[in-house]
Amino acid sequence: MRLSATLLTYVKVVVLVATVPAIVGFVIVLAERRIMGFMQARLGPNRVGPKGTLQGLADLVKLVTKEDLTPADAERKVHFLAPVLTVIPALTALAVIPFGPPVKVGRVSMPLWVADINIGLLFVLAVTSIGVYGLILGGWASNNKYSLLGGLRSAAQLVSYEVPMGLSLVSVLLMTRSLSLVEIVERQRDIHLWFVFPGLLAFFIYFVSGVAETNRNPFDLPEAESELVSGFNTEYSGVKFAFFFLGEYTGMIIISCVAVTVFFGGWLAPFPNVAALNFLDIVPPFGWFLVKVGFFLFCYIWFRSTFPRYRFDQLMGLGWKWLLPVALANILIVALAILATPGRTDGMVTLSWIFGGLFVLMFLLAKLRQRLARRDRLAASPHARAV
Amino acid sequence: MTSGPITEAEKDRARATAEAVRAASAPPPGEAPTLFSVQEMELNFGPQHPSTHGVLRIVLRVDGEKIIEAKPDIGYLHRGTEKLFETETYPMGIPHTDRMDYIAAATNNHAFCLAIEKLLGVEIPRRAQLIRVILDELQRLSSHLVWLGTSGIDLGAVTPFWYAFREREQILDFFEEYCGARLTLNCMRIGGLPFDLTPGWVERLMEFVDDLPDRIDDYEQLLTDNRIWKKRTVGIGVISAEECIEYGLTGPILRGSGVAWDLRRAQPYECYEELDFAVPTRPNGDTYDRYVVRVQEMRQCVRILTQCIERLEEGEIRGKVARVIKPPAQEVYASIESPKGELGFYCVSNGTNRPYRMHCRPPSFINLQALPRLAKGHLISDLVALIGTIDIVLGEVDR
Repeated sequence: MRLSATLLTYVKVVVLVATVPAIVGFVIVLAERRIMGFMQARLGPNRVGPKGTLQGLADLVKLVTKEDLTPADAERKVHFLAPVLTVIPALTALAVIPFGPPVKVGRVSMPLWVADINIGLLFVLAVTSIGVYGLILGGWASNNKYSLLGGLRSAAQLVSYEVPMGLSLVSVLLMTRSLSLVEIVERQRDIHLWFVFPGLLAFFIYFVSGVAETNRNPFDLPEAESELVSGFNTEYSGVKFAFFFLGEYTGMIIISCVAVTVFFGGWLAPFPNVAALNFLDIVPPFGWFLVKVGFFLFCYIWFRSTFPRYRFDQLMGLGWKWLLPVALANILIVALAILATPGRTDGMVTLSWIFGGLFVLMFLLAKLRQRLARRDRLAASPHARAV
Repeated sequence: MTSGPITEAEKDRARATAEAVRAASAPPPGEAPTLFSVQEMELNFGPQHPSTHGVLRIVLRVDGEKIIEAKPDIGYLHRGTEKLFETETYPMGIPHTDRMDYIAAATNNHAFCLAIEKLLGVEIPRRAQLIRVILDELQRLSSHLVWLGTSGIDLGAVTPFWYAFREREQILDFFEEYCGARLTLNCMRIGGLPFDLTPGWVERLMEFVDDLPDRIDDYEQLLTDNRIWKKRTVGIGVISAEECIEYGLTGPILRGSGVAWDLRRAQPYECYEELDFAVPTRPNGDTYDRYVVRVQEMRQCVRILTQCIERLEEGEIRGKVARVIKPPAQEVYASIESPKGELGFYCVSNGTNRPYRMHCRPPSFINLQALPRLAKGHLISDLVALIGTIDIVLGEVDR
């Protein structure tokens, strides 16, 4: 029995390591390019295979057959090591993500995670932060000033955004009292409340920091195409570049997975206690998980096609001067809400209503502001037909 | 030199050169560097760089990411255009002007023709004047659209680029239908225009122009009130009106600093005098204000285009010009408001069929002078924004 359990773990590792890059290459990249194409009034790749579905294969062939170039005077070993250092931690972190509840296969119940360790969340944070070494070393070893600047930017950025990210998760830990990702999901099932509601603020801080952690727009400064000419990966080509690419996208998957697990009830279907919505159970739990993760990946793409890029000092300012204090205050608020009603969840529910109300209010105010600005704009410059 | 394996002698030479360069740029012997001593870095920005909008090279001295000094190095696209003018007859010069500001060829043609027309004292028929203004304004729109898209990309906003280029494509379609070319138009002649408008052109243009205010609002919605966009542009590269004038800056940069100077208003040419349009200005002189000025100029273009289309009537498209153009010996300067600023041609004729000297006042070149001043003290990321806000075309800078 024990042997088979070990074997099963190995099988799961192999499946994970084999499927995630494939998903990245074939689904996410294609989806990103097609969705961005849609948002930007153009088509996106549609030539390779039906509707461009085989674009991933074409990209793979291109990257693998490209010349693998190491610049003269580069630190060859470090230059080689850097992309590896980005990918491996990213893939490792996936081990503790619960993709769904245990599945019954005959008499055996097979959990849909590789390992449920009692420090799961900490493990994810710890392992993903190793990935930054890949970027720093890659930038430094390339013997290129632009790459060096990119590497330094990523170092500063990742270190400063780890802090608010960790702190935002602390407020969730107050509610779960467990670091195990499986237990976090089970707790949300038991109290019929996704932590995104009492932890709305924490979620926003987490996701903003997460976007910054993965170097994506609007925080894509380390690669900043238009400033640093791809930054840390300027001097990388072929498979090594593909590894950086894979690392970045796997990072996105992890941030999304953790967001779903911690804040959005993991594999749980929404509103389990509303009888009218029972038909939602048709979708298997794993399906729910995928849908939710897909939504966050979509958000990444959405951000990319909407926002300009922050400047380096502004990025640091946002992290240290805004997200960090707000995250600390949030811990206090959540702690008070929990302490006010010990042993029950009333405090969390009340907090959910407050946060929800504030969110709706702010959303409406932002819309109003947008509307007014548009009106001013049109008033300031008369319409052509008004002449 | 022929290609082939690099010999040892060549390697030695290269090493010696590198050594010499290193020795020359080494800091003067003095204090030994400590852990906290600041080391400046020299960064070569361009000529192959996605944000220099061509082959501009800027040598930067940076402290971390902060710019201590920025030295533009130009000339990578120098083709001796001004000298070429001297070797060819007057009409043969027009296609060369296409290659100067290749984002806005029509305005170049216009300024060149205007100088020679001034030399000859030709009167331009009204229809030709109106069509010239239409072409100019379309060109201004397309130039501003290119500027909007590319400077958005410089700051990481990719989407406005595609919207702007969607409209620009349509404008290029109009040009193509008119003169057969999309970029290097060669669409004006001394004394008027080469062709009349094709049937239906004006109606289609009217439809397009009617649609434009909404499209411009699309771009504005993405950028104007965007918090990050404002953070990246407000207070970046501030230049006062006095400094602008000292540097000789013109166009949206000058107007962004609060000076309502527009040659279409100040020294009206063609039929601008009778057209009703505003000269947008902004007080602060930063990158954001220059952005707003350009966007509002696009809205004014729409107004001008509508009025021109309404006034369009049948008539001649070319004034009375001799087949062989031999202007009397004299010197003239004629300038127009190009999308980038004052574009002028200074022509010296000596009575032959070729100009004795043809000098161009290119707005991009003169506006680029301000870059070291604007960039000092800002970060590398801002430099990208500043190159974008000056709106240079290297074909015009180098000529």
